[in-house]
Amino acid sequence: MGFWKRNRPPAWLWGVLAGILFLGVGILQGQFGVIWKKAVMICMECIGIG
Amino acid sequence: MKRIRLAVQLFFTIFTNGYAYGYLNGKIYQGALKYACVPGLNCYSCPGAFASCPLGALQALLNQRGFQVPFGMLGFFFLVGSLLGRFVCGWLCPFGLAQDLLHKIPVFRKRKRLPWHHILKYGKYAVLLLFAGIGSVFLFGGFAKVPAFCKYICPSGTLFGAVPLLAANESLRGQIGGLFLWKLGILLFLLLLSVKVYRPFCQYLCPLGAIYGWFNRFSLVQVHWEKQNCTSCGACERACPVALSVREISRSPECIRCGKCIEACPGDCLSFSHGKRPNKIPGDNS
Repeated sequence: MGFWKRNRPPAWLWGVLAGILFLGVGILQGQFGVIWKKAVMICMECIGIG
Repeated sequence: MKRIRLAVQLFFTIFTNGYAYGYLNGKIYQGALKYACVPGLNCYSCPGAFASCPLGALQALLNQRGFQVPFGMLGFFFLVGSLLGRFVCGWLCPFGLAQDLLHKIPVFRKRKRLPWHHILKYGKYAVLLLFAGIGSVFLFGGFAKVPAFCKYICPSGTLFGAVPLLAANESLRGQIGGLFLWKLGILLFLLLLSVKVYRPFCQYLCPLGAIYGWFNRFSLVQVHWEKQNCTSCGACERACPVALSVREISRSPECIRCGKCIEACPGDCLSFSHGKRPNKIPGDNS
Protein backbone atom coordinates (compact mmCIF):
# COMPACT_ATOMS: atom_id res chain seq x y z
CA MET A 1 0.00 0.00 0.00
CA GLY A 2 2.82 2.37 1.01
CA PHE A 3 4.72 1.50 -2.15
CA TRP A 4 1.68 2.32 -4.29
CA LYS A 5 1.18 5.64 -2.50
CA ARG A 6 4.83 6.63 -2.98
CA ASN A 7 5.06 5.48 -6.60
CA ARG A 8 1.56 6.42 -7.75
CA PRO A 9 1.67 7.50 -11.43
CA PRO A 10 0.89 11.21 -11.89
CA ALA A 11 -2.65 12.21 -12.84
CA TRP A 12 -1.58 13.52 -16.23
CA LEU A 13 -0.38 10.05 -17.17
CA TRP A 14 -3.81 8.58 -16.40
CA GLY A 15 -5.26 11.34 -18.57
CA VAL A 16 -2.92 10.46 -21.45
CA LEU A 17 -3.79 6.76 -21.15
CA ALA A 18 -7.52 7.56 -21.09
CA GLY A 19 -6.97 9.80 -24.12
CA ILE A 20 -5.23 7.04 -26.07
CA LEU A 21 -8.00 4.59 -25.14
CA PHE A 22 -10.77 6.98 -26.21
CA LEU A 23 -8.90 7.86 -29.40
CA GLY A 24 -8.62 4.17 -30.20
CA VAL A 25 -12.35 3.66 -29.70
CA GLY A 26 -13.07 6.72 -31.85
CA ILE A 27 -10.81 5.43 -34.63
CA LEU A 28 -12.46 1.99 -34.51
CA GLN A 29 -15.88 3.62 -34.77
CA GLY A 30 -14.75 5.57 -37.85
CA GLN A 31 -15.26 8.93 -36.18
CA PHE A 32 -12.24 10.52 -37.81
CA GLY A 33 -13.71 9.70 -41.20
CA VAL A 34 -16.78 11.71 -40.20
CA ILE A 35 -14.55 14.60 -39.13
CA TRP A 36 -12.56 14.45 -42.38
CA LYS A 37 -15.73 14.49 -44.51
CA LYS A 38 -16.90 17.62 -42.68
CA ALA A 39 -13.49 19.30 -42.76
CA VAL A 40 -12.81 18.97 -46.50
CA MET A 41 -16.03 20.73 -47.52
CA ILE A 42 -16.43 24.47 -46.96
CA CYS A 43 -18.52 24.67 -43.78
CA MET A 44 -21.22 27.21 -44.67
CA GLU A 45 -22.29 27.58 -41.03
CA CYS A 46 -18.72 28.29 -39.93
CA ILE A 47 -18.34 31.15 -42.38
CA GLY A 48 -21.77 32.53 -41.54
CA ILE A 49 -23.63 31.70 -44.75
CA GLY A 50 -25.40 28.40 -44.11
CA MET B 1 10.26 34.52 -22.91
CA LYS B 2 7.92 37.11 -24.45
CA ARG B 3 9.72 36.93 -27.80
CA ILE B 4 9.94 33.15 -27.73
CA ARG B 5 6.20 32.90 -27.12
CA LEU B 6 5.39 35.34 -29.92
CA ALA B 7 7.71 33.41 -32.26
CA VAL B 8 6.04 30.10 -31.34
CA GLN B 9 2.57 31.60 -31.80
CA LEU B 10 3.48 33.06 -35.20
CA PHE B 11 5.27 29.93 -36.38
CA PHE B 12 2.43 27.62 -35.31
CA THR B 13 -0.25 29.84 -36.86
CA ILE B 14 1.61 30.12 -40.18
CA PHE B 15 2.69 26.45 -40.14
CA THR B 16 -0.85 25.13 -39.61
CA ASN B 17 -2.45 27.68 -41.97
CA GLY B 18 0.07 27.68 -44.78
CA TYR B 19 -1.98 26.32 -47.68
CA ALA B 20 -1.28 29.25 -50.02
CA TYR B 21 -3.31 27.79 -52.93
CA GLY B 22 -6.45 28.09 -50.80
CA TYR B 23 -5.97 31.81 -50.13
CA LEU B 24 -5.31 32.53 -53.79
CA ASN B 25 -8.28 30.57 -55.16
CA GLY B 26 -10.88 30.79 -52.41
CA LYS B 27 -10.75 27.04 -51.79
CA ILE B 28 -9.81 24.86 -48.81
CA TYR B 29 -7.30 22.05 -48.32
CA GLN B 30 -8.86 18.62 -48.88
CA GLY B 31 -6.02 16.23 -48.09
CA ALA B 32 -5.52 13.48 -45.52
CA LEU B 33 -4.06 15.82 -42.88
CA LYS B 34 -7.61 16.89 -42.10
CA TYR B 35 -8.18 13.58 -40.34
CA ALA B 36 -6.17 15.22 -37.54
CA CYS B 37 -6.97 18.26 -35.41
CA VAL B 38 -4.77 21.16 -34.34
CA PRO B 39 -4.90 21.81 -30.58
CA GLY B 40 -6.19 25.42 -30.78
CA LEU B 41 -9.31 27.07 -32.21
CA ASN B 42 -8.57 26.99 -35.94
CA CYS B 43 -11.50 26.85 -38.36
CA TYR B 44 -11.21 24.00 -40.87
CA SER B 45 -12.84 26.25 -43.41
CA CYS B 46 -9.89 28.62 -43.24
CA PRO B 47 -8.47 28.45 -46.78
CA GLY B 48 -4.99 27.91 -45.34
CA ALA B 49 -5.86 25.27 -42.72
CA PHE B 50 -4.10 21.93 -43.07
CA ALA B 51 -5.94 20.24 -40.18
CA SER B 52 -9.32 20.27 -38.45
CA CYS B 53 -10.63 22.41 -35.60
CA PRO B 54 -11.20 20.38 -32.41
CA LEU B 55 -14.46 22.15 -31.59
CA GLY B 56 -15.73 21.86 -35.15
CA ALA B 57 -14.78 18.18 -35.06
CA LEU B 58 -16.60 17.66 -31.75
CA GLN B 59 -19.72 19.24 -33.19
CA ALA B 60 -19.41 17.22 -36.41
CA LEU B 61 -19.55 14.05 -34.28
CA LEU B 62 -22.47 15.35 -32.23
CA ASN B 63 -24.29 16.30 -35.44
CA GLN B 64 -24.35 12.70 -36.67
CA ARG B 65 -27.66 10.88 -37.09
CA GLY B 66 -28.51 9.23 -33.79
CA PHE B 67 -26.44 9.95 -30.70
CA GLN B 68 -22.95 8.57 -30.46
CA VAL B 69 -20.47 9.35 -27.69
CA PRO B 70 -17.74 11.40 -29.43
CA PHE B 71 -14.93 9.15 -28.20
CA GLY B 72 -12.49 10.36 -30.84
CA MET B 73 -12.63 13.96 -29.66
CA LEU B 74 -12.85 13.01 -25.98
CA GLY B 75 -9.59 11.13 -26.53
CA PHE B 76 -8.05 14.13 -28.27
CA PHE B 77 -9.03 16.47 -25.43
CA PHE B 78 -7.76 14.08 -22.76
CA LEU B 79 -4.48 13.58 -24.58
CA VAL B 80 -3.72 17.23 -25.37
CA GLY B 81 -5.26 18.54 -22.12
CA SER B 82 -3.37 16.12 -19.89
CA LEU B 83 -0.08 17.04 -21.53
CA LEU B 84 -0.48 20.78 -22.05
CA GLY B 85 -3.60 22.14 -20.31
CA ARG B 86 -4.20 25.76 -21.32
CA PHE B 87 -0.64 26.06 -22.57
CA VAL B 88 -2.45 25.52 -25.89
CA CYS B 89 -4.33 28.83 -25.39
CA GLY B 90 -1.22 30.79 -24.50
CA TRP B 91 1.14 29.42 -27.12
CA LEU B 92 -0.67 27.57 -29.92
CA CYS B 93 -4.01 29.26 -30.64
CA PRO B 94 -4.23 31.55 -33.71
CA PHE B 95 -7.18 33.52 -32.33
CA GLY B 96 -5.34 33.96 -29.04
CA LEU B 97 -2.45 35.41 -31.04
CA ALA B 98 -4.81 37.83 -32.81
CA GLN B 99 -6.11 39.06 -29.45
CA ASP B 100 -2.58 39.32 -28.01
CA LEU B 101 -1.46 41.49 -30.93
CA LEU B 102 -4.50 43.76 -30.65
CA HIS B 103 -3.92 44.18 -26.91
CA LYS B 104 -0.45 45.57 -27.68
CA ILE B 105 -1.96 48.57 -29.51
CA PRO B 106 -1.11 51.49 -27.23
CA VAL B 107 -4.55 53.09 -26.97
CA PHE B 108 -6.97 53.09 -24.01
CA ARG B 109 -6.01 52.29 -20.43
CA LYS B 110 -5.57 48.50 -20.45
CA ARG B 111 -7.70 46.23 -18.28
CA LYS B 112 -6.98 42.64 -17.34
CA ARG B 113 -10.57 41.72 -16.67
CA LEU B 114 -14.11 42.91 -17.33
CA PRO B 115 -16.33 44.07 -14.45
CA TRP B 116 -18.22 41.12 -12.90
CA HIS B 117 -15.39 38.86 -13.97
CA HIS B 118 -16.25 36.38 -11.20
CA ILE B 119 -19.61 35.76 -12.93
CA LEU B 120 -18.65 36.33 -16.57
CA LYS B 121 -15.80 33.80 -16.41
CA TYR B 122 -18.42 31.04 -16.30
CA GLY B 123 -19.69 32.20 -19.70
CA LYS B 124 -17.29 29.84 -21.48
CA TYR B 125 -18.79 26.85 -19.66
CA ALA B 126 -22.29 27.99 -20.64
CA VAL B 127 -21.16 28.35 -24.28
CA LEU B 128 -19.59 24.88 -24.15
CA LEU B 129 -22.73 23.31 -22.74
CA LEU B 130 -25.39 25.26 -24.63
CA PHE B 131 -23.78 25.84 -28.02
CA ALA B 132 -21.04 23.25 -28.55
CA GLY B 133 -22.90 20.54 -26.63
CA ILE B 134 -26.69 20.68 -26.38
CA GLY B 135 -27.02 23.20 -29.21
CA SER B 136 -25.09 20.92 -31.51
CA VAL B 137 -27.29 17.96 -30.71
CA PHE B 138 -30.71 19.47 -31.25
CA LEU B 139 -31.51 22.87 -29.83
CA PHE B 140 -30.94 25.61 -32.38
CA GLY B 141 -31.92 23.94 -35.60
CA GLY B 142 -35.47 23.21 -34.46
CA PHE B 143 -34.42 19.63 -33.71
CA ALA B 144 -32.20 19.57 -36.79
CA LYS B 145 -28.55 19.20 -35.83
CA VAL B 146 -26.33 22.20 -36.47
CA PRO B 147 -22.84 23.11 -35.25
CA ALA B 148 -24.35 25.89 -33.13
CA PHE B 149 -21.09 27.32 -31.78
CA CYS B 150 -19.56 27.58 -35.26
CA LYS B 151 -22.75 28.92 -36.75
CA TYR B 152 -23.72 31.58 -34.22
CA ILE B 153 -20.59 32.54 -32.27
CA CYS B 154 -17.16 31.42 -33.45
CA PRO B 155 -15.17 34.62 -34.21
CA SER B 156 -12.16 32.56 -35.28
CA GLY B 157 -14.19 31.02 -38.10
CA THR B 158 -15.25 34.48 -39.26
CA LEU B 159 -11.74 35.94 -39.08
CA PHE B 160 -9.67 33.08 -40.48
CA GLY B 161 -12.35 31.28 -42.50
CA ALA B 162 -15.07 33.61 -43.76
CA VAL B 163 -13.10 36.80 -44.43
CA PRO B 164 -10.33 35.29 -46.63
CA LEU B 165 -12.74 32.86 -48.33
CA LEU B 166 -15.26 35.54 -49.17
CA ALA B 167 -12.50 37.87 -50.34
CA ALA B 168 -11.27 35.28 -52.85
CA ASN B 169 -14.52 33.54 -53.82
CA GLU B 170 -17.11 35.62 -55.67
CA SER B 171 -19.87 32.99 -55.67
CA LEU B 172 -19.73 32.80 -51.87
CA ARG B 173 -19.84 36.59 -51.60
CA GLY B 174 -23.20 36.57 -53.35
CA GLN B 175 -24.71 34.51 -50.53
CA ILE B 176 -23.90 36.88 -47.66
CA GLY B 177 -26.90 37.47 -45.43
CA GLY B 178 -27.99 38.36 -41.90
CA LEU B 179 -26.16 35.47 -40.26
CA PHE B 180 -22.84 36.64 -41.67
CA LEU B 181 -23.47 40.18 -40.46
CA TRP B 182 -24.31 38.83 -36.98
CA LYS B 183 -21.05 36.86 -36.86
CA LEU B 184 -19.09 39.79 -38.26
CA GLY B 185 -20.57 41.97 -35.51
CA ILE B 186 -19.45 39.48 -32.84
CA LEU B 187 -15.98 39.35 -34.37
CA LEU B 188 -15.60 43.15 -34.54
CA PHE B 189 -16.93 43.58 -31.00
CA LEU B 190 -14.45 41.03 -29.63
CA LEU B 191 -11.54 42.43 -31.62
CA LEU B 192 -12.25 45.97 -30.42
CA LEU B 193 -12.67 44.75 -26.85
CA SER B 194 -9.32 42.93 -27.13
CA VAL B 195 -7.58 46.27 -27.54
CA LYS B 196 -8.80 47.27 -24.07
CA VAL B 197 -9.25 43.96 -22.20
CA TYR B 198 -6.80 41.05 -22.27
CA ARG B 199 -8.17 38.18 -24.41
CA PRO B 200 -11.91 38.67 -23.71
CA PHE B 201 -12.92 35.74 -25.90
CA CYS B 202 -10.52 33.35 -24.15
CA GLN B 203 -11.51 34.51 -20.67
CA TYR B 204 -15.27 34.61 -21.12
CA LEU B 205 -16.50 32.72 -24.17
CA CYS B 206 -14.11 30.09 -25.53
CA PRO B 207 -15.45 26.55 -24.98
CA LEU B 208 -12.06 25.09 -25.89
CA GLY B 209 -10.48 27.08 -23.07
CA ALA B 210 -13.20 25.72 -20.78
CA ILE B 211 -12.23 22.17 -21.74
CA TYR B 212 -8.45 22.63 -21.45
CA GLY B 213 -8.88 24.65 -18.23
CA TRP B 214 -10.24 21.56 -16.51
CA PHE B 215 -6.93 19.80 -17.19
CA ASN B 216 -4.84 22.69 -15.82
CA ARG B 217 -4.79 21.29 -12.29
CA PHE B 218 -2.96 18.11 -13.28
CA SER B 219 -1.48 18.59 -16.76
CA LEU B 220 2.14 17.67 -17.43
CA VAL B 221 3.19 21.24 -18.22
CA GLN B 222 2.87 23.36 -15.08
CA VAL B 223 4.21 26.60 -13.68
CA HIS B 224 6.04 25.48 -10.57
CA TRP B 225 6.24 27.81 -7.53
CA GLU B 226 9.16 27.45 -5.10
CA LYS B 227 7.27 28.72 -2.08
CA GLN B 228 10.22 28.61 0.30
CA ASN B 229 12.23 31.08 -1.81
CA CYS B 230 9.28 33.42 -2.48
CA THR B 231 9.50 36.89 -0.88
CA SER B 232 5.86 37.68 -1.73
CA CYS B 233 6.93 40.78 -3.67
CA GLY B 234 3.84 40.49 -5.89
CA ALA B 235 5.75 40.97 -9.17
CA CYS B 236 4.20 37.83 -10.65
CA GLU B 237 0.68 38.91 -9.74
CA ARG B 238 1.20 42.31 -11.31
CA ALA B 239 2.61 40.67 -14.46
CA CYS B 240 -0.14 38.06 -14.80
CA PRO B 241 -2.37 39.17 -17.70
CA VAL B 242 -5.42 37.45 -16.23
CA ALA B 243 -4.78 38.77 -12.69
CA LEU B 244 -4.16 35.50 -10.88
CA SER B 245 -2.53 35.37 -7.46
CA VAL B 246 0.71 33.42 -7.08
CA ARG B 247 -1.19 30.59 -5.37
CA GLU B 248 -3.62 30.32 -8.30
CA ILE B 249 -1.02 30.48 -11.08
CA SER B 250 -0.82 27.22 -13.04
CA ARG B 251 -3.58 25.32 -11.25
CA SER B 252 -6.38 27.80 -11.95
CA PRO B 253 -8.46 27.04 -15.07
CA GLU B 254 -7.84 30.66 -16.11
CA CYS B 255 -4.03 30.30 -16.34
CA ILE B 256 -2.91 30.17 -19.99
CA ARG B 257 0.74 29.41 -19.12
CA CYS B 258 1.95 32.54 -20.93
CA GLY B 259 5.04 32.63 -18.72
CA LYS B 260 4.83 36.36 -17.87
CA CYS B 261 4.93 35.52 -14.15
CA ILE B 262 8.10 33.47 -14.65
CA GLU B 263 9.74 36.34 -16.50
CA ALA B 264 8.70 38.86 -13.85
CA CYS B 265 9.87 36.90 -10.78
CA PRO B 266 13.09 38.51 -9.48
CA GLY B 267 13.97 35.50 -7.33
CA ASP B 268 13.48 32.77 -9.94
CA CYS B 269 10.81 31.16 -7.74
CA LEU B 270 8.60 30.35 -10.73
CA SER B 271 9.52 28.06 -13.60
CA PHE B 272 7.92 25.89 -16.24
CA SER B 273 8.01 22.35 -14.97
CA HIS B 274 6.98 18.99 -16.24
CA GLY B 275 6.19 16.11 -13.99
CA LYS B 276 6.32 18.02 -10.67
CA ARG B 277 3.16 18.07 -8.64
CA PRO B 278 1.29 21.35 -9.21
CA ASN B 279 0.83 23.96 -6.48
CA LYS B 280 -2.24 23.41 -4.32
CA ILE B 281 -4.71 26.22 -3.94
CA PRO B 282 -5.35 26.65 -0.19
CA GLY B 283 -8.81 25.42 0.70
CA ASP B 284 -9.06 23.32 -2.46
CA ASN B 285 -9.19 19.73 -1.34
CA SER B 286 -9.88 18.16 -4.72
